[in-house]
Amino acid sequence: MNELLWYFSRATGVISMVLLTTTLVLGMTLSGRRSARPATSTVVAGLHRWLGLGMVVFVVGHVTTAIVETYVSIGPLSALVPFTAGYQPLWVGLGTIAFDILLAVAVTSALRHRISERVWRGVHLASYLLWPTALVHGFLLGTSDQPLLRLVTVACGVVGMLAVSWRIQATHHDREHRRSVTAQGWS
Amino acid sequence: MPASREQATRVAVDRVACTGHGVCAALLPRQITLDEWGYPIVAAADDPAVDVEAAVRLCPARALRPSRAPRQ
Repeated sequence: MNELLWYFSRATGVISMVLLTTTLVLGMTLSGRRSARPATSTVVAGLHRWLGLGMVVFVVGHVTTAIVETYVSIGPLSALVPFTAGYQPLWVGLGTIAFDILLAVAVTSALRHRISERVWRGVHLASYLLWPTALVHGFLLGTSDQPLLRLVTVACGVVGMLAVSWRIQATHHDREHRRSVTAQGWS
Repeated sequence: MPASREQATRVAVDRVACTGHGVCAALLPRQITLDEWGYPIVAAADDPAVDVEAAVRLCPARALRPSRAPRQ
């Protein structure tokens, strides 16, 4: 039973990582460029939202089983407070930090229509911190001794980094539009 | 009081917030068409309330809010 929980925790961790990377890429697609077809933007926006929400379910499963199983010592406190685990405190701590950021991003997105856009945006941008933190946590803890799992982690890392570098140089047409309008001045 | 979401069959667009992704036009084809730059043009027509709710939720710029058709 304990072994089963341990494997369940690892499996949900890997699935979370894939979903996180997918959600990140979809989100950057949305903010980086306007699709020529409104239907595409709509599908991307919907997938970003629902895959992100689905990921939270897997992450909660991952954290819960990591605490419940007693194969390694990770206490309930480690779910929210980083670097408190008995087992690999540093690398588990990275996972805790990622989980804290994820909770903040998820809650502010759920309340997006009730909080200020600036707060939502600031917290949402922390996703760029969440992704590498979670990936390093996954690579060093769960997947480094399994060739197949390591391949998944590395693939997520490569895809995510390509997407981030694309996002850095991408300019959204709306931003361009606003800039050109501002440049015209008030005559 | 804002219009309750169940009954809202129209949207109001916050034009300052709008970033022109076109999600509203895809979900609310009766009342929204896009101009040549991709920004919404709102017509006096109704779409199903479920679609209005989905559009308000999915708008990437949070530029939509539900509104009701004006009383005759």
